[in-house]
Amino acid sequence: MAVGKSAQEQALLFPVAPQRHSGGVIPGWLRILASRKPLGFSGFVILVIIGGAAALAPVLAQYPYAETDFGSRFLLPSRDHPLGTDNLGRDLFSRLLYGSRISLGISFGAVILAKVAATVIGIISGYYGGWLDKIGQRFIDIWLSLPTLIILITLMGAIGANVFSMIVVIGLANIPGSSRLIRSVVVGVREEPYVEAARSMGARNSRIMLLHVLPNIAHIIIYSATVTLGGVILIVASLGFLGYGVPAPHPDLGAMLSGDGLTYMRRMPLMAVWPGLTITLVVFAFNIFGDALRDILDPRMRGV
Amino acid sequence: MQRYIAQRLLLTIPTLLGLTALLFVLLSVVLPVDVIDIAVAESGSGSAAEQALREQYGFDGPLVVRYVKWLGAVVSGDLGESFFTGRSVTEELRGRVPVSVELGIGALIITVLCAIPIGMVSAAKQDSAADYLARGGAILFYAVPGFWVATLVLVFGSLWFNWAPATKYQQLWEDPRANVAQLVLPMLILGLQPIGTMVRLVRTQVLEVLRQDYVRTARAKGLSSQNVYFRHVLRNTMIPLVTVIGLQLPRLVAGTVIFETIFVLPGVGRYLLDSLQRLDFYVVLGTNLFFAVLLVVANLVVDISYGFIDPRIRLAK
Repeated sequence: MAVGKSAQEQALLFPVAPQRHSGGVIPGWLRILASRKPLGFSGFVILVIIGGAAALAPVLAQYPYAETDFGSRFLLPSRDHPLGTDNLGRDLFSRLLYGSRISLGISFGAVILAKVAATVIGIISGYYGGWLDKIGQRFIDIWLSLPTLIILITLMGAIGANVFSMIVVIGLANIPGSSRLIRSVVVGVREEPYVEAARSMGARNSRIMLLHVLPNIAHIIIYSATVTLGGVILIVASLGFLGYGVPAPHPDLGAMLSGDGLTYMRRMPLMAVWPGLTITLVVFAFNIFGDALRDILDPRMRGV
Repeated sequence: MQRYIAQRLLLTIPTLLGLTALLFVLLSVVLPVDVIDIAVAESGSGSAAEQALREQYGFDGPLVVRYVKWLGAVVSGDLGESFFTGRSVTEELRGRVPVSVELGIGALIITVLCAIPIGMVSAAKQDSAADYLARGGAILFYAVPGFWVATLVLVFGSLWFNWAPATKYQQLWEDPRANVAQLVLPMLILGLQPIGTMVRLVRTQVLEVLRQDYVRTARAKGLSSQNVYFRHVLRNTMIPLVTVIGLQLPRLVAGTVIFETIFVLPGVGRYLLDSLQRLDFYVVLGTNLFFAVLLVVANLVVDISYGFIDPRIRLAK
C-alpha cells in the first residue's frame, strides 16, 4: 500500500475492477486457502473427498444399494462390509455412498437453480430500481412469508417426491431470500464510480449488468451458495427423515435414519450413526469452507 | 412513532392477502385429487350426489369465488373442517397450538441463555482456545441435524437406560412438572441449531461494539470490566439481536414438526403430517396458514420493537 494514503482513499483512486486469476494449475483462491486458512482448507478437503466418493458411487460401491442378503443381517464392520450391514443385510457403506450421491445431487441442483434465478431477479430489481423494484419486492415479501420447511413438506406430500420435483421445489423455496441479499448488494454497486464511468461511455444497461455488476457481486453469490448448500442439505435430510424424500428403495441420508429403521437400530446402532455423521460432516465442512471463502473472495480483502 | 406503527400495520395487509391467495391457489392446484373425487369413487354415486358434496364442502365454483368464500370464513375464525373426523380445524388448532408454541418458546429461551454468555466470552477472549472452541462448537451445533440427535437419544436411551418417551401428553396446566419433564428434551434438541447461529452472531456483534469509542471511554474512566461488559457492551449488542431472536421463534415453532413426530407430541406439526397423507384439504391449508401467519406477525413485532429501540428508524419517514 502506498505510504500516506488511507485504504479509503486508495479505494477511491483505484476502484476495484474485476480481476482475473493469473496462470498456474492451482487457482489463486485455492493457494490462498491452503496457505492462510487451514480450517477452511480442511473443509474443502472434506468436501472433495465426500463429494468425490458420492460422484463415484457406482464405481466405489461393492454392492448394489438395494441388494438384500438375509444371510448377513446386522453384521459389524468387517473386510467385506466396511461399515457393517443393516436389517435386510444390505451393505451400509454402499448405501451411504448412494445416499450421499442422491442427497448431495438434489441439494446441488436446488442451490444452482435458486442462485441463478435469484441473481437474475436481484440484479434486475436492484439495478433498475423504481416501480419494478417496489412491486417485485412486495412479491418477494409474500414469497418469504411462506414457512420453508412446512411448505416443502406439504408440496412434497401433495405432488410426490422424486429427484426432479425436489430440486425444483426446494430451489424455488430458496429464491426469495437469496434475491433479497443480491439485490441489496447490487443497490450499493450501482452507485460505484466504475458503473458511472461505463454509463458515461454509453454502455447499454445489459452490458453494465453483465460485465460490471455481476463480476463485482460474484463473491457474494459464491459465498452465499456454499452456506445455502449446507442449509439445503439439512432440509433435504429432514424431508427424507419425515418420509417426504426420494421414494424407497433409493437410499437417502435422512430416510436412512427413520421409519422402520428405529426398531432395528436398537439391535444395530451403527445404522443410526453413519448417515447422521455424514450429514453433520458435510454441513460442517460447507460452513467452514464458506467462511474462509468469504474472507478470500471479498474484493476489499484482496492483497491484504 | 404512532405513524410508524400504523404504516407498518397497513403494509401487512397486502402481504397477508397475497399470502392467503398464494396458499389457497397453490394447494388447490397441487393436491392431485380432492377428497370429493375419492368419496364419489367409493360410493359410486352419480353427479347429483357429487354436486351436493362439493357444495357442502365449498368445492364448487371457480377458484376465485372459492378463495373469497374461504377468506371470509377465515377472517371470522372458521378454518373449515376435517373431511375425515368432521372436527373443526379451528377447534383442533386451539388445543394443539399451545403445545407447539410452548416447545418453540422453551427452545428459544434455552438458545438465548446459552448463546449470549458463550458468544460474549468468545468475543472477550478473542483468538484464545476458548474462542476457537466456541466458534467450532457453534458451527458443529448448526451442522448436526436435530432429528439425528433425537434418533440417537431414542436408540441409546433405550439401549443403555431402558428409557422411552412418554406416550401420553401431559397438559401444562394440569401437571406442569410432568409436562416440562416431557418437553425439556425436545426443547434442548430443537435449540441446538439456533444456538449455533446465535453464538456466531453475538460474537460478531460484541466484537463490533468493543471497537466503539464509548467502550474505550468507559474503560478509560476506570470502570471494572464487568461493568463495561454488562452496562455498555451487552445493552448495545441486544439491538441487532432482537431481530434474530424474534425471527427465530416462527422457525423454531415450524421446526417442531420433526420433534412432535419423534417424541409423540400432539402439536400443529403432527396434525399437518397426519392430515397430509389423507389429503385433508382444509387441515393442510389451515396448518400452513398458521405457520405462515406466525412468520408475518413475528416480522411485524420485530419491526415495531425496532422502532422503539432505535430512534433513527421511527424518525425516518
